[in-house]
Amino acid sequence: MKRLARLTLCVLLCCVGCAKSGPPALRVGNGTEPQGLDPHTVTGIPEHRILGTLFEGLVDVDPDDLTPVPAVAESWTISDDGKVYTFTLRPEARWSNGDPVTAHDFAYAWQRILTPALASEYAYMLHCLKNARAFNEGRITDFDQVGVKVLDEHRIETTLENPTPYFLSMQIHYTWFPVHRKTIEAFGRMDERGTRWTRPGNLVGNGAYMLKRWAPNNIIEVVANEHYWNAAQVRLKRVFFYPIDNLLTEERSFRTGRLHLTGSVPLAKVPVYQRKHPELLRIDPYLGAYYYRINVTRPPLDDARVRRALAMSVDRVALTKNVLTGGQAPAYAFCVPDTADYTCASAVPYDLDEARRLLAEAGYPNGEGFPRIELLYNTSENHKLIAEAIQRMWKQELNIDVGLLNQDWKVYLDSQNNLDYDVCRAGWIGDFVDPVNFLECFTTGNGNNRTGWSSPKYDDYIARAAQTVGQKARFDLFQQAERILLEGAPIIPIYYYTRVYLKSPQVQGWHSNLLGYISFKHLHLAEAGP
Amino acid sequence: MTRFVARRILEVIPVLFVIVTLVFFMIRLAPGGPFDAERNVSDEILRNLEAYYNLDAPLHRQYLDYLGQLLWGDLGPSFKYPGWSVNELILTGFPVSLELGLYALLVALGIGLTAGVVASLKPNTLRDYVPMSLAMVGICIPNFVLGPLLVLAFGLWLGWLPVAGWEGPSYKILPAITLGAGYAAYIARLSRGGMLEVLAQDFIRTARAKGLTEARVVLRHGLRGGLQPVVSFLGPAAAGLLSGSFVVETIFQVPGLGRFFIQAAFNRDYTMILGTVLFYAALILMFNVIVDVAQAWLDPRLRDEIG
Amino acid sequence: MDRVVQVEKGASLWQDALHRLRQNKLAVAGLAILAVMVAAALVTPWVAPYAYDAQDLDLGAARPSARHWLGTDQLGRDVLTRVLYGGRISLMVGFAATAVSLLVGVLYGATAGFLGGRTDSLMMRIVDILYALPFTIFVIILMVFFGRNIILLFLAIGAVQWLTMARIVRGQVMSLRNTEFVEAAVLMGFSHRRIILRHLIPNVLGPVIVYVTLTIPNVMLIEAFLSFLGLGVQAPMSSWGLLIKEGADCMEEYPWLLLFPSIALSITLFALNFLGDGLRDALDPRGAGE
Repeated sequence: MKRLARLTLCVLLCCVGCAKSGPPALRVGNGTEPQGLDPHTVTGIPEHRILGTLFEGLVDVDPDDLTPVPAVAESWTISDDGKVYTFTLRPEARWSNGDPVTAHDFAYAWQRILTPALASEYAYMLHCLKNARAFNEGRITDFDQVGVKVLDEHRIETTLENPTPYFLSMQIHYTWFPVHRKTIEAFGRMDERGTRWTRPGNLVGNGAYMLKRWAPNNIIEVVANEHYWNAAQVRLKRVFFYPIDNLLTEERSFRTGRLHLTGSVPLAKVPVYQRKHPELLRIDPYLGAYYYRINVTRPPLDDARVRRALAMSVDRVALTKNVLTGGQAPAYAFCVPDTADYTCASAVPYDLDEARRLLAEAGYPNGEGFPRIELLYNTSENHKLIAEAIQRMWKQELNIDVGLLNQDWKVYLDSQNNLDYDVCRAGWIGDFVDPVNFLECFTTGNGNNRTGWSSPKYDDYIARAAQTVGQKARFDLFQQAERILLEGAPIIPIYYYTRVYLKSPQVQGWHSNLLGYISFKHLHLAEAGP
Repeated sequence: MTRFVARRILEVIPVLFVIVTLVFFMIRLAPGGPFDAERNVSDEILRNLEAYYNLDAPLHRQYLDYLGQLLWGDLGPSFKYPGWSVNELILTGFPVSLELGLYALLVALGIGLTAGVVASLKPNTLRDYVPMSLAMVGICIPNFVLGPLLVLAFGLWLGWLPVAGWEGPSYKILPAITLGAGYAAYIARLSRGGMLEVLAQDFIRTARAKGLTEARVVLRHGLRGGLQPVVSFLGPAAAGLLSGSFVVETIFQVPGLGRFFIQAAFNRDYTMILGTVLFYAALILMFNVIVDVAQAWLDPRLRDEIG
Repeated sequence: MDRVVQVEKGASLWQDALHRLRQNKLAVAGLAILAVMVAAALVTPWVAPYAYDAQDLDLGAARPSARHWLGTDQLGRDVLTRVLYGGRISLMVGFAATAVSLLVGVLYGATAGFLGGRTDSLMMRIVDILYALPFTIFVIILMVFFGRNIILLFLAIGAVQWLTMARIVRGQVMSLRNTEFVEAAVLMGFSHRRIILRHLIPNVLGPVIVYVTLTIPNVMLIEAFLSFLGLGVQAPMSSWGLLIKEGADCMEEYPWLLLFPSIALSITLFALNFLGDGLRDALDPRGAGE
């Protein structure tokens, strides 16, 4: 009787689903509602996924090994000094309204994102272009001085400040995507935020998909773009993005078949899936580091010995084995191992005796006299568990008192920016696969430093590396730099992220890579099983 | 009567004014702004952003500008979602929340009135204790526990109902029950109390003596009295359903206004927060005016007291 | 014979009420349970089997066993200990926030009721309007924007509840105002303040006690609601609300994490509600109104 009821309900639901008939759609849990769909004014990963379907840059990457492959550009040449790239665009590239994609579209887009009045928060991704930073900061006003030159309708030349080995792979980031000038200017000025050009029916993109429907907090639907130059190869015709911000609800939606792909998995569920349905669970290495920042301007944390003592007394193995469940690896350095073949040779040891010795040497034998410090983290079950565990480790091993402070995201960011914390939790996800993306954070005065730490020697290594052509020489400089970073200890590396998510067996053609980059046009859906 | 209604409506305006002012200054004076981001933004960019959103003007100037906009009914652009205006977001979210609230109210009234009336017929017996205790369960189990429990039972184990979303009639059942269950309990208690009071009165005894059936006595004569406290509870119930919606919409991923509000609060989306607060306040105040008017109309004795 | 004599001796309002209360078995049970909960909360630091932050990372979340009667959570913390300490915080929030609403409500209501006339109309009109507003929204905004301070929590939650208290007190005071003993006090020249504090408020106590008993469960639920949103009590402190929320997040894998704090909270809420109902019936047996 129960089964009959269930069957009837299924049939009814199927009829409802079929009423909105059309090609089968991939249903993706996409985290939070995107800020918007203008590639020049958004800053997150959920946005990246959607924008990657609607637009395409000069260069794409192979979804397995992230090597650059031709996209809008069918070929390119690189000068000997590594600073000038000349791209030749393919003539068959089209916008979703049929207009051809030209070099002007790229120049226009890059000018737009760098225009100070637009106030694009991610514009710094383009600062590798010559004079881009000066233009972005308003010091020069003539875009012709920036290293972008349109040679003709189908050729564009970019001149960089420094040889930038990761320049090609950066092109998959939405900050480099072209935009359709006529559409933007039909709804407002070039540097005007928040106009209606991104609404379904208005938005014109050059990607494999077009925007069909956008109901805020509900669903975003994209359908295959027939004008896309490679449309014949695109087997997946529809994608639904659901902004589900509650992890548990997302997992349940997956379990009942409403989602094919989730963004994440609740901690407690991972062992369950590992036991019962390992084929549905995926744990992929991810280019991200979870660490604690230390405010080096506040005593007693201004003493590097104290900082190193804190770093050496965290039992990362216990944390990753028992508290976290997603196969995360303990981190003893900052840069993720094997990032474009770079692995840091130095490491922070787990050495309780040495930690205690350092603490005593700094003037706090057995933690005596050590003032109470506070550990700040932003609201999340995960962060709380780790903070509580580390609080206890420091109490037990070093005999120091650490309080816990939980702030929500915005306040927490504010506290970091104002150096209004003692120790705080942080995470860094790489924008592209190159160690510089991690290491340049801790140069003096870098906006992502937020610890007050400054080492001229470190800055020097990083600056020299930027000028260096040749991977070995460059990486040697990074090794030296990272060693200084770990000795100075403005950070406590804790673990390296993994991407943990659920994938239905119906999803075929799946690739995984270090950036978590999903190329939807490479996927297709198999028929639903019995 | 018209004077009564007019006065009531006019009273709403100063209240809204106070609310706007209070919330405006409260959120601007707190730490954390809408543009704090993980990847740090250069000062130049931050300045431009703030200029665009009028955040660089002195505070009182921003306040006056906002009030000016309000007069035109323009709640401004959302800070967090630059492509959408607050008006648009409220218009997408509110009908959903309204629908959810109505279903929840139906659930609450259905269960609550039935339990309360049944219990009042034989007070202090099992027939009283059982429904009232069941109703009590609704009060004592927080909705963020009840919701997942229902989802577990009906969505996952039995597979009868969907676990999240708002895409069809079957999606609306569990959220409505979760939201309405707590109020069922209050309504049960209120209607029981009201019924007991009415049933003890003389005219009921008269009706029974006249030979009317018990059902007739209860339903036609008693119920009116039983309903009275429930009607006066409707105002606070609406406010309660509203706050309950924050939880329920989050658990079931319902694209309603409650979810927008919570996100806006955590995102420091100033315009969205102000917009939704004003909207809610205006809504509830008007709803209460309607309830008061309805009550006065139903029971003329009240008009003098209230008027 | 003896029983008849006792009844004829006459009973005061309080003795009468107490008698009725004792007959209401549910209310008595409620009182007993409440007493047990409060006692447990008070003796927790001496009675709890483990230190409240003792972790056992290797153990992780384990089912109830001889060593851990109610099981452990993901960090290996003993659930019985956490529930006991959580109870301390939950009850403290319950009593403190209710005390805030009591203070504000009684003073406001007594003043309005006593002064009467236009002041009273104005004051009660303000209450009527505030009553309509969804206070939780303001509480959320307050907690999100001004941080997670437990004192702020008391104030914020208390601010939600004072209105009904004010109404009840004002109603009582209005009816008492015109009684003879108050008129006498006025004639004798006692100050308003003295009359309010020493004559009116003690007589208003009845309904106030009822309402207080019924407010505490509401407050505890509001705290639980705020914990769900991440705005309630903050780690390392824990409350039943927070424990329930954490338990609900993994209710399929580790159901004991949800079960035991829920039972603790529910029993306490039931107890308070039955006690409150009983008190109300005892003090006003007609059972009218809210």
